[in-house]
Amino acid sequence: MDFDYSEEQTLFSDSLRKLLEDTYSDTERRKVLDQDDSFHSEALWQAYAELGLLGLTFPEEMGGFGGSAIDMMVAEIEFGRFLSLEPYLASVILGGGALRLGGSAEQQSRLLEPMIAGELKLACALGEPQSRYDAFDVETKAEKSGSGYVLSGRKAVALGADCADRLIVSARSAGGVADKQGLSLFIVDAKAAGVSINPYRLSDGRGAAEVTLENVAVDAADLVGEAENAWPLIDHVVDLGTAALCAEAIGAMEKANDLTLEYLKTRQQFGRPIGKFQVLQHRMVDMTIEKEQAESLALLACMDADKTDPAVRNRAVSAAKVEVGTAARFISEAAVQMHGGIGVTDEYVLGEYVKRLAVVQATFGDVDHHLQRFGALTAAA
Amino acid sequence: MNLNFTPEEEAFRQEVRAFLAAKLPAELVQKTKTGVRLGKEDYKTWQRLLYEQGWVSPKWPTQYGGTGWTAIQIHIFDEECFAAGAPRILPFGIGLVGPVIINFGNDEQKATYLDDIRSGEVLWCQGFSEPGSGSDLASLKTRAVLDGDKWVVNGQKTWTTAAHWADWMFTLVRTDPDVKQQEGISFLLIDMKSPGVEVRPIITIDGEHMVNEVFLDNVEVPAENLVGELNKGWDYAKFLLANERTGIAGIGQSKAEFRTLKEIARHERKNGKPLIEDPLFQSRLAKLEIDLMALEITNMRMLVEEQKAGKPGPMSSILKIRGTEIQQQLSELSMDAVGVYANPWIEAALEANWNGEPVGPEYAPARTPYYLFRRKASIYGGSNEIQKNVLSKAVLGL
Repeated sequence: MDFDYSEEQTLFSDSLRKLLEDTYSDTERRKVLDQDDSFHSEALWQAYAELGLLGLTFPEEMGGFGGSAIDMMVAEIEFGRFLSLEPYLASVILGGGALRLGGSAEQQSRLLEPMIAGELKLACALGEPQSRYDAFDVETKAEKSGSGYVLSGRKAVALGADCADRLIVSARSAGGVADKQGLSLFIVDAKAAGVSINPYRLSDGRGAAEVTLENVAVDAADLVGEAENAWPLIDHVVDLGTAALCAEAIGAMEKANDLTLEYLKTRQQFGRPIGKFQVLQHRMVDMTIEKEQAESLALLACMDADKTDPAVRNRAVSAAKVEVGTAARFISEAAVQMHGGIGVTDEYVLGEYVKRLAVVQATFGDVDHHLQRFGALTAAA
Repeated sequence: MNLNFTPEEEAFRQEVRAFLAAKLPAELVQKTKTGVRLGKEDYKTWQRLLYEQGWVSPKWPTQYGGTGWTAIQIHIFDEECFAAGAPRILPFGIGLVGPVIINFGNDEQKATYLDDIRSGEVLWCQGFSEPGSGSDLASLKTRAVLDGDKWVVNGQKTWTTAAHWADWMFTLVRTDPDVKQQEGISFLLIDMKSPGVEVRPIITIDGEHMVNEVFLDNVEVPAENLVGELNKGWDYAKFLLANERTGIAGIGQSKAEFRTLKEIARHERKNGKPLIEDPLFQSRLAKLEIDLMALEITNMRMLVEEQKAGKPGPMSSILKIRGTEIQQQLSELSMDAVGVYANPWIEAALEANWNGEPVGPEYAPARTPYYLFRRKASIYGGSNEIQKNVLSKAVLGL
């Protein structure tokens, strides 16, 4: 057992942090947030490609650098610290992850290589308006047509679908609406006839979209993995994304705590720094403990995110999402409260961390959702 | 970064399991599993077995009987012992006074005390708290005055766990009343058989007699029983308290208790189904298990750091706070799990070899007493509020 970054991970984490420090100040990020045409910085995306970040988690035979989910974690913690708006989670972890885990060699070479080079973006469109956090709750239909399929349905809050060139879409050709059987995954060209995309920003500024599919024709070559048996793959991809989000939240919580601690040491009231008051000291300690506990399980989730045994993986990921979700809410609210009025002003950066943590909360399952999934596993074990 | 156990660590786990299977007495296991109260001889028996195996003081330096295990091995050992139903080792000798003697005692003291501490032949208690000195420990008033070659000690200690069993007590005494509080305290070892030592029981709300008041009336203590330097006792106390904090986390014990709780929740029924399937109960159970999983990893992160640094850092207060919160929640949920059978107060059922007519399931009578027993966890070893003060100052710089 070993809790240190490897030498490579330290180097890589340092160079990513340097890149973000140099190019992604609060002011620069604000400029990106004010853009209307694109919800992220394409220049930074290209810099990620040059740094090799986009190929980090793919094996060498797919054109990547052979990194693990722990390497993913190292990157995501930095993205959380710097509130990155780029679609890394959407394109690399989710879209790329689906093709890495379930795609054919042909699909991998057709899509992963240009994705890693920064020439093409991917996104997953899994959730639907009625499905809440259950990715198996799918109404979108896939009907066989010749050698291919025709897809119709609606996809909700698809991360990164605002800018993706290809969407990985779940659709059903058998089973009832909440059955885990009967699902398939397809690669859909975002510009294909019948695809309409309604893009928007999330509260933390990242891009997402509602996606409508009306009789969209896809080739058999664009079926990812096994027909009507995509649930194990979908479940794995969502776990991977959830683990990545947990890591991102660790970076964001660390910064929210740092900002608050700094404020406690500098803000003067009643003739002394407010950090001299015990009621605030203890709350700051509680925030620190929450973050440490969440970090421990985020580590575990990333360790287990690439495990193929769903029981082991689901358990670790749900545990982490519960602890991260609980910690994120406590830290967000306590940080704002201890900042007082400045904490609720748009100009001050704390609010951006609060919004990022709110998005983490309501993505891939909130605390209740994961408590339920974890609880069922515990009761069954 | 790697959270998996190595093959060597897994092999070590098997070695510990084999030892426990061969040596841990079934009678002790039965007592710990049902919550029957343990007596002095139960603790001594277990400690003796570990002593004979050479595993009784893993954290000590090897020349004094430590095992040289890594932090992870110590964690595995702890976990396996509790999983098998072993009792804890009373912390006062091996966990608390032993390391103080090793680090600050002289050669004669080491030769006199250390081996008996390890074997459990001599039991110790901790004379720190006083009626007027709880969280503000440095305000303690018990006075020791040097008279020729002996100290004369007068005062009162309280909340002294196992004082009625102990052969010796390590104490903090005031040796200079005219300087800053922390600078006039010394660390003194007192033979409990000395004339003038009187132990009076304190019965706690769980009905048990485990803590005591200790009155010291003109107790004569040989001068050579002073540990380290005169008036440096506060430094040794801080060293000791840091060790105590990490020991209190009790992860291995909590994991074992969680398994017991799960068994209870499977056995209890609600709406005709096992309680463990009730969504509200299941959700509380899940959150508790998740918090415990997190603490286990946090504990290992800190143990690894501690071993690198050679001593526990101030972050170890986190382990004390969260560890005791989890212990208390376990006791709450276990009590809640048994429903109406939490109410009958059958104290005799907690004694070994009770043959009375059972009231409710076998596991039920211990639940409410145990809940009450656990209330003290957030108070002793430096209350959780004091731990937050430590973190605030030493970690956050506030």
